[in-house]
Amino acid sequence: MSTVTNTSSYNYKVVRQFAIMTVVWGIVGMVVGVFIASQLVFPDLNFEPWLTFGRLRPLHTNAVIFAFGGSALFATSYYVVQKTCQTRLFSDSLAAFTFWGWQLVIVAAAITLPLGFTTSKEYAELEWPIGILIAIVWVTYGIVFFGTIMKRKGKHIYVANWFYGAFIITVAVLHIVNNIAIPVTMWKSYSVYAGAQDAMIQWWYGHNAVGFFLTAGFLGMMYYFVPKQAGRPVYSYRLSIVHFWALISIYIWAGPHHLHYTALPDWVQSLGMVMSLILLAPSWGGMINGMMTLSGAWHKLRTDPILRFLVVSLSFYGMSTFEGPMMAIKTVNALSHFTDWTIGHVHAGALGWVAMVSIGCIYHLIPKLWGKEQMASVSLINTHFWLATIGTVLYIASMWVNGITQGLMWRAVNNDGTLTYSFIESVQASEFGYIVRAIGGFLFLLGMVLMAYNTWVTVRSADPVKANAAAQMA
Amino acid sequence: MTSFWSWWIILLTTTNVVLVTWLLFANRTTTLGGGQTTGHIYDGIEEYDNPLPGWWFQMFVVTIVFAVGYVAYYPGMGNFKGFGGWTSLGEYQEEMAEAETKYGPIYAKFNTMSVEDVAKDEQAVQMGQRIFSNNCSLCHGSDARGSFGFPNLTDGSWLYGGTADAIKTSVSEGRKGQMPAWGAVIGEQGVTDVTAYVRSLSGLETDADANQLASGKKVYDATCSACHGTDGTGNQALGAPNLADNSWLYGSSPARVAYTIRTGRNGVMPAWKDIIGEDRVHLVSAYIYSLSDK
Repeated sequence: MSTVTNTSSYNYKVVRQFAIMTVVWGIVGMVVGVFIASQLVFPDLNFEPWLTFGRLRPLHTNAVIFAFGGSALFATSYYVVQKTCQTRLFSDSLAAFTFWGWQLVIVAAAITLPLGFTTSKEYAELEWPIGILIAIVWVTYGIVFFGTIMKRKGKHIYVANWFYGAFIITVAVLHIVNNIAIPVTMWKSYSVYAGAQDAMIQWWYGHNAVGFFLTAGFLGMMYYFVPKQAGRPVYSYRLSIVHFWALISIYIWAGPHHLHYTALPDWVQSLGMVMSLILLAPSWGGMINGMMTLSGAWHKLRTDPILRFLVVSLSFYGMSTFEGPMMAIKTVNALSHFTDWTIGHVHAGALGWVAMVSIGCIYHLIPKLWGKEQMASVSLINTHFWLATIGTVLYIASMWVNGITQGLMWRAVNNDGTLTYSFIESVQASEFGYIVRAIGGFLFLLGMVLMAYNTWVTVRSADPVKANAAAQMA
Repeated sequence: MTSFWSWWIILLTTTNVVLVTWLLFANRTTTLGGGQTTGHIYDGIEEYDNPLPGWWFQMFVVTIVFAVGYVAYYPGMGNFKGFGGWTSLGEYQEEMAEAETKYGPIYAKFNTMSVEDVAKDEQAVQMGQRIFSNNCSLCHGSDARGSFGFPNLTDGSWLYGGTADAIKTSVSEGRKGQMPAWGAVIGEQGVTDVTAYVRSLSGLETDADANQLASGKKVYDATCSACHGTDGTGNQALGAPNLADNSWLYGSSPARVAYTIRTGRNGVMPAWKDIIGEDRVHLVSAYIYSLSDK
């Protein structure tokens, strides 16, 4: 591109790249997910050593959170920050670096995790060379994002950008602090933290990976694409101020609820619990603002499957951010901890909220990025919507049943003081739930395959002239 | 925790919650009024200046009030112990003491009986079986028939003896079974020969000829008989397995037996008396004894 277009057009190239990779990595991550879900039904599917559950499970989480979710966040944040600041990205070359750097991180993860290289820290399994690469890419991302904010045309900064900004800054801090380690070989390092402190740092990271990567970042997405797709003003500016500051400040304290009834000191557990409860209202602020934005536009739900994705994602967001504080209550946690309930809760957020809102946003984006009116097939989007919704419901419901069953079986005591059930009996009782979960996951994956096909047809039929024109500033 | 860090925590958390509460109340009412937009437009998106939903506001306040009450009663604010005097250790000790009063007499009754007698008591065997399921079955299997490297407890073949006392000692104190590695001492030919001879003791089919069995026996007598006995029936005082009863802890194929001889084996049974306590050791020993008694 010439320098002339550079000042009068948006950088859609990097947005297009990340948008496509969102779909690709979504399928890859979910294929692994369905495979490991099947391993829990058919243990013979564990092929030693590379394709065992223990090695593939972190590959699944890394692929869906950082590859799929991460690509969606990069794509939408680069798009939203340009559109709402009315300016081109701060640097094309740095933006390109973040794309290729992030893809390299993902490929490195996909190779090293099955080979067994791991720090053993959940959601931070990648060994130190990859950890350093992530830090470099992330800081570059921050430079591109905030550089673009500095260049903005208007005085005010749109709320979506507050959330994206908080997400970028906090994830950098979390990642760097939690990953400080002493390397002993190329692919092995030891954390500088030990014991209960290590556990606390890990879950300060782990829970805020949820809070900032999977919540704040995606709320940024919501704040642009929901009003845009609904064609309505945001419901309440004040609500967005209150819930933004409350959410980002309170979330930081919530990590200890992952360590209830452990060696973590009592006072930390108490603080983690009450902060998690206070978090309910700030979390729901985002849901209310999204939902109420639709008032006056509800009729659009009948014809617009993209809006359906966005609305249902907000419902699942509201549900899982209610469930989270409840599970953080120590009495509830005593039942739910270590059971499949936790897995169900995570997927209510991951499938219902994160994936659905991303899918809705990408369906909104793809035609805009390639200069098309709409996706090649709107009815396929609708089919995808139903597959995703049914898949998510099957997943969550089966894990609720399994989780509560397990929790109750583990604590059942006979009148002679012995435990009523052995662990293996609770595993046997979970088999049906595992089958239903695998089916739910498969339906969700099937929807993603339809999305890939729809995207392929839409992009392939795009007119390069129109696509180029779409990137011009109005 | 030093008082510096205690105050650090108190100030940081309190300031955070106070600021959030202030923000909440400061934005309770609107200046422009509902239905008006703020006037900012971002890529066509406007924002209403609607007030905070009342129920949401109240819910927020309720959670904050609850939090304040909770950390007043329970430990939470740094070194401040809370007015309730609760600790997790205290709760644990209370519950354990409660369990002791409730279940103690049941165990006390069986403690006065011998393992052999307990093994005849239906209630005791059921309790022992549940203790077994939750502690022992991981290695020995739910049916107690063991698996590779973990002894079968139902076949009447005992490494350290099948008397009630021997079983209870194994459970209570644990065992360390050690087969040294003989590969370097007797050479590969020696391993092959002695493998053939050892397998023949259990009457297993072998394609070895008389010559090989003879040289195998020669190596056996010189090297293995000290522990496993001249007739191969083992020595329970040492935990040296009986090689003539066709019960195999590490497999009976020529390759497995040769591997055992060449590189040795290490078996560990943990000591359970500190994990589940004497009372349960007594019951689970009776359960195991009852399995082989049939």
